[in-house]
Amino acid sequence: MKAKLTFATIALLLITTTVLHAQTEMADTMRSNGKIYVVVAVLATIFAGIFAYLVYLDRKITKAEKK
Amino acid sequence: MRSWWWKILAGILICYTVIGGLLLPVPRLDILNETIRNLYFHVPMWFTMIFLFAGAFIYSIKYLSSGDLQDDIYAVQLTNTGIFFSILGMLTGMEWAQYTWGEAWSNDPKQLGTALCMLIYFAYSILRNGIKDDEKKAKISAVYNIFAFAMMIPLIFILPRMVDSLHPGNGGNPAFKKYDLDSNMRIVFYPAVIGWVLIGSWIASLKIRAGLVSFNRENEILFSFEKDKK
Repeated sequence: MKAKLTFATIALLLITTTVLHAQTEMADTMRSNGKIYVVVAVLATIFAGIFAYLVYLDRKITKAEKK
Repeated sequence: MRSWWWKILAGILICYTVIGGLLLPVPRLDILNETIRNLYFHVPMWFTMIFLFAGAFIYSIKYLSSGDLQDDIYAVQLTNTGIFFSILGMLTGMEWAQYTWGEAWSNDPKQLGTALCMLIYFAYSILRNGIKDDEKKAKISAVYNIFAFAMMIPLIFILPRMVDSLHPGNGGNPAFKKYDLDSNMRIVFYPAVIGWVLIGSWIASLKIRAGLVSFNRENEILFSFEKDKK
């Protein structure tokens, strides 16, 4: 429910900005066919990987500290 | 396990930055176009660098007053992580400049100032590695670090603002805050800065802890040798 609402708000904002300022070239077509979410997913995955790696290192160092 | 809340907060903030930074609306400006979103990713690198260098500066002063080699480990690892973020900031800035200013390197005053600042900090690492005695190494590099930080402030904050620069907020160029950084961008930009500063501190803290572990081990070995001698 909440996710739907956020999504709707974002979509609404995007549509209003598209309608209001169509003169400057932006990546509107990329958004209209929805493929931008793929890029977002890729970036989020990469960051999640880095985050997981940091957690792994943190645990390893905690173990070394306890020795 | 040490307190995890700020690490998790950092993760959440960066995830939000990636998603919101790419999907939330931004002002439509010619030339910049969608690259205005780079503000969420390029600028936090510099904020993180400054934060880490400030930490290194504080620990360098602390080392000089205490003479404790553990403070030296803090200062070194904070500086190293800061250098890492400065390289990321420089590379992302050059990529952005290539497509908006026309060339990756245009001798912009802020680019030059930052490059000088980076060279000063590179010299810090080289200086350290050139000294064998631990105490001397720590003392000289602490003094150097204090001067390096004192040089960074005019190089990054003052000199580029006194001449014309392509960077916003310098010379004749308006700052983002005037009208570019509108409220839509603020809601992503500020969390991005906080998130990346936290991530930078986390990486630095890992390096510091690893450094402290090996430092303590070496000390134990030395201590046991001294015992054996007696």
